[in-house]
Amino acid sequence: MGFLIAILTLLLVGLVVALVSAPLRRARELDPPIPKDVAGSDSQQPPLAPDSRLRDELEAAREAKYREIRDAELDFRTGKLSSEDYRAIDADLRAEAIEILNRLERLRTRDA
Amino acid sequence: MATFGFACLVLALIVCAYGIGASLYGVRTGRVEFSESGRRSVYALAGILTTAFVVLELAFLRNNFAFNAVADTSSRTTPALYRAAAVWSSQEGSLLLWAWLMSMWSSLALFLTRKRLRDVAAYATAIMLGFGGFFVALMVFYANPFATTHPVPPEGVGLDPLLRFPTMMIHPPMLYSGYTLCTIPFAFGAGALLARRVDAEWIKAIRRFAFAAWLFLGVGILLGALWSYSELGWGGYWGWDAVENASLMPWLTGTAFLHSLMIQEKRGMLKIWNVSLVLATGTLAIMGTFLVRSGILDSIHAFGGHTLGVPFVCLIAVMIVGSIYLVVSRRDMLRSEHRLDSWLSRESAFLANNVVLVALCFVIFWGTYFPLISEAVTGQEASVGPPWFDRYTVPLGLILVLLSGVGPVIAWRRATLANARRNFLVPLGCALATLVALELAGINQKPLAIALFCLAAFVFGSVGQEFFRGTRARRAMAGEPVPRALLALVRRNRRRYGGYIVHIGIAVLFVGVAASSSFQHASQLSLSPGQSTRVGAYTVRYMRPTATITPKYDQAHTGSTLSLGALLYITKNGHHVATLNPSEGYYASEDASQGTVGSLIGGQPVSHVAMNASLTRNVWTAIDPDIETTALKRIITVGNSTLPAQDALVAVAYLARAYLKNPPPAQFNLLVSPLVMWIWLGGLISVGGGLIALWPAPSAVRRRVTARSRERAVRGLARV
Repeated sequence: MGFLIAILTLLLVGLVVALVSAPLRRARELDPPIPKDVAGSDSQQPPLAPDSRLRDELEAAREAKYREIRDAELDFRTGKLSSEDYRAIDADLRAEAIEILNRLERLRTRDA
Repeated sequence: MATFGFACLVLALIVCAYGIGASLYGVRTGRVEFSESGRRSVYALAGILTTAFVVLELAFLRNNFAFNAVADTSSRTTPALYRAAAVWSSQEGSLLLWAWLMSMWSSLALFLTRKRLRDVAAYATAIMLGFGGFFVALMVFYANPFATTHPVPPEGVGLDPLLRFPTMMIHPPMLYSGYTLCTIPFAFGAGALLARRVDAEWIKAIRRFAFAAWLFLGVGILLGALWSYSELGWGGYWGWDAVENASLMPWLTGTAFLHSLMIQEKRGMLKIWNVSLVLATGTLAIMGTFLVRSGILDSIHAFGGHTLGVPFVCLIAVMIVGSIYLVVSRRDMLRSEHRLDSWLSRESAFLANNVVLVALCFVIFWGTYFPLISEAVTGQEASVGPPWFDRYTVPLGLILVLLSGVGPVIAWRRATLANARRNFLVPLGCALATLVALELAGINQKPLAIALFCLAAFVFGSVGQEFFRGTRARRAMAGEPVPRALLALVRRNRRRYGGYIVHIGIAVLFVGVAASSSFQHASQLSLSPGQSTRVGAYTVRYMRPTATITPKYDQAHTGSTLSLGALLYITKNGHHVATLNPSEGYYASEDASQGTVGSLIGGQPVSHVAMNASLTRNVWTAIDPDIETTALKRIITVGNSTLPAQDALVAVAYLARAYLKNPPPAQFNLLVSPLVMWIWLGGLISVGGGLIALWPAPSAVRRRVTARSRERAVRGLARV
C-alpha cells in the first residue's frame, strides 16, 4: 500500500510539474527572441502593449454602446420613451458609437 | 490513502505558493510565460484538490473510520446518501469542499479569460491562488481532513441527525459555490485596480460569475430556509440567525452590483461604487464562511469549531485594508465618464435600489455582529432578536419591492413625466385593485402585509405590462404569433427579461413571507390520544401514538434507533383534510455513561415534521413526546443494568411497546400558515429568471450580431 501511495504521489507531482512548467519550457525552446509568426498561442504572446490594451477597452465600449442602442429602441417600442426623446437619445448614442468605431479604425490603421 | 490525501494538500500548498510568485513575476516583468504558468497552477490546484476530495469521499462511503473526519461525522447506520454528504458536515471536509469549489470556479474563470485581460487576469490569478493557499494551509496546519486515529474505532459517531435531510445534501455545496464564486469578481476587481485597468472590460469578464454567485447563494439560502422550516421543530424559515444573515449579506451587495454594473457598462458611471461593491461582496463571502466555520457567534447553522478564528480574522483584515487602499489610491482613475441625464431615469431607480440594498446589508451587518461589538465595547455580550431586525428590514423591504416595480417601466437616460404617467397607470391600477379586493375580503388588520400585497401587485402589473408591450412590438415588427414573439423577445433580451422574471419571483416570495408571518395561526399545547384542538379554521385530533424501532424501519429514513410520533386527523368544517404523522427521532449516542440502552437513544433527538402543504396554506405539525415518565425511564434503567450491548435493542422495543400501550400526553406544535408555498415558488421563479439572464446567447447569433453590429450602428438599423 505504501509503495502504491508513493507511486501515486510521484505520478501526481510529475503531472503537476509538466502542466505548470510547460509554458516556461516552451518559452526557453523559443528563446531568444520569440518569433512573431509563432506568437499565436497564449503562452507565446508578447506582453500586452498599450495599443492592444486600448483596443480591448474600445471593443468593450463598442459592445456596450450597441447594447445601449438596442435598449433605447426597446424602451421606445415599449412606450417608455417619447419619439422626440428617442430620436435625441438614439442620435447621441449613434454619434458615440461612431466615435468609438473611428478610434478603433485609427488604431487598426496604425497597426497595419 | 490518508497519506496520499495529505500529500495532495501539501502539493496544493506548494502549487499555490509557486503560482502566486509566477503570476506576480510574470505581470511585473512582462514575462508572459510566467503568467501563463501561474494560470496553469490554478488548473493544477483544481486537479489536485479534486483528487483529494475523491480520496476523502471514498473514505466516507467505505466507512473508513481510520480517518478522524469519518469517525466523527459518519457511521455504518448513517444512510449511504447522507454518508456521501457527511464529508462537508465536518470542519475539515467543509474546508476541503470550499477550496475545491474555489479552484474549479477559478479555473473556469481563467480559462474563459485566457485570451484577454492578461494583466488583470495575472493579478486575479495570484489573488485566487492566495484564497486557495489560505484554505489549503488551514487544512495542512489546523484541520487536516486526512488525520487518522489508532486503533481504528469499530463504529463512528454518525452524522448530526439535524443534517439528515435531503436538501442538506445540496445546501452546503450551493452556498459554498456562491461564496467561492463571490471571490472571483473580488479577484478580478482587485486585479483591475492593481493593473490600473478600470474600464468596463473587467466588468464584462466577471459579469456571469457575479450572476452565478448571486444565483448559487440565493439557492443555498432558500434551501437553508426550507431545511429550517421542514426539519427544525419551530415552524419558521428565517430567524435572523447569524449564519443565515452571513449568507444574505453578500447576496444583497451582489444584487446591488448586478444592477449598478449595467450603469458602468452603458455610461461609464459608478466605477468607485461598483468596484467597492465587488470587493465588499467578496469580503462578506469570506466573513460568511468565517461565521459558519469559526463558531464565533451562536447559531443553529454553525457546525465548526473555535480553532480557525485568528487566521480568518487576519485574512478578512487583509481583504478590508487592501480593498480600501486600492480604491483610495486609484480614485482618480475611477471617476465617472458621464453624469446622470435625469433623475427620472432607470439609472436613478437603480441607484435608489442600490442604496436600499446596501442599507439593508448594513442593518443586517450591525445586528449580526452586535454581540461582538457589544462585547468589545462593554465587555458584555448582548444580542438583538428578530423584532429588532424586523423594525428596519420590513420598511426597507417594502421600498425594495416598490423599486423592483418602478425600474422596469422607466427608460434609460431620461423619461418624461407624460410617459411615466402612462406607464405607471396599469401597475398602479393593479395595486389599487388589490387594495379594494383585500378590503372587500375583510383583510384589513395588518397594514404592513397589505402594503406588501399592493406593492407586489404593482410589480406584477409593471412586469406584465413590459412583457405585453414587448411582445406586441415584436409582433408588429416580425408578424410572429404571440408565443413565438414572446420567446424571441426573451431570447434576444435575456438579461432584461430574465431580470424581470426575477423581479416577479422576488415579489411572489415577499407575498409568501408577508402572508405566512402576518396571518399565521399557531398553537402549542399538550394532547392525549382522543383529544382535539382548533388551529385557525382547522380541527386537529390526536388519534393514536406511533412508534418504530431500528434505523431500518425509521419512517424518515434518517437512521434513528427509536421514533415516537402521533397520528393526527385534520378536518376543516367537518371535512377530512389530511392525516399527518409527526414524530421525534432518537439517535444513538457515543456517551457510554448512559448505559447500554440509554446510549442507543441518548443522542440528540430530532423532530420530524409532518405537514399538509398546498398553494394557499400549509398545516404544519411537530411533536415532542414525553419519554421522561417514570414507567419509561424505569425500562431504560432496568435495561441498562441487565442487558448487554448486543441485546439492548430489546429494551428499546419494549419501551416503544409500553409507549404505545400507555401513551403519556405529548407536546404538539401546530401551525396553519397561508401562502408558505409562495416562498418556494417565488424562489423557483427567481432561479428560472436568473438562469435565463445567465444563459449565453446562441453563438451563431452572437457572431452574426458582432459582424453586423458596426454596420447597424452606422446605418441606424438596430432592431428589437
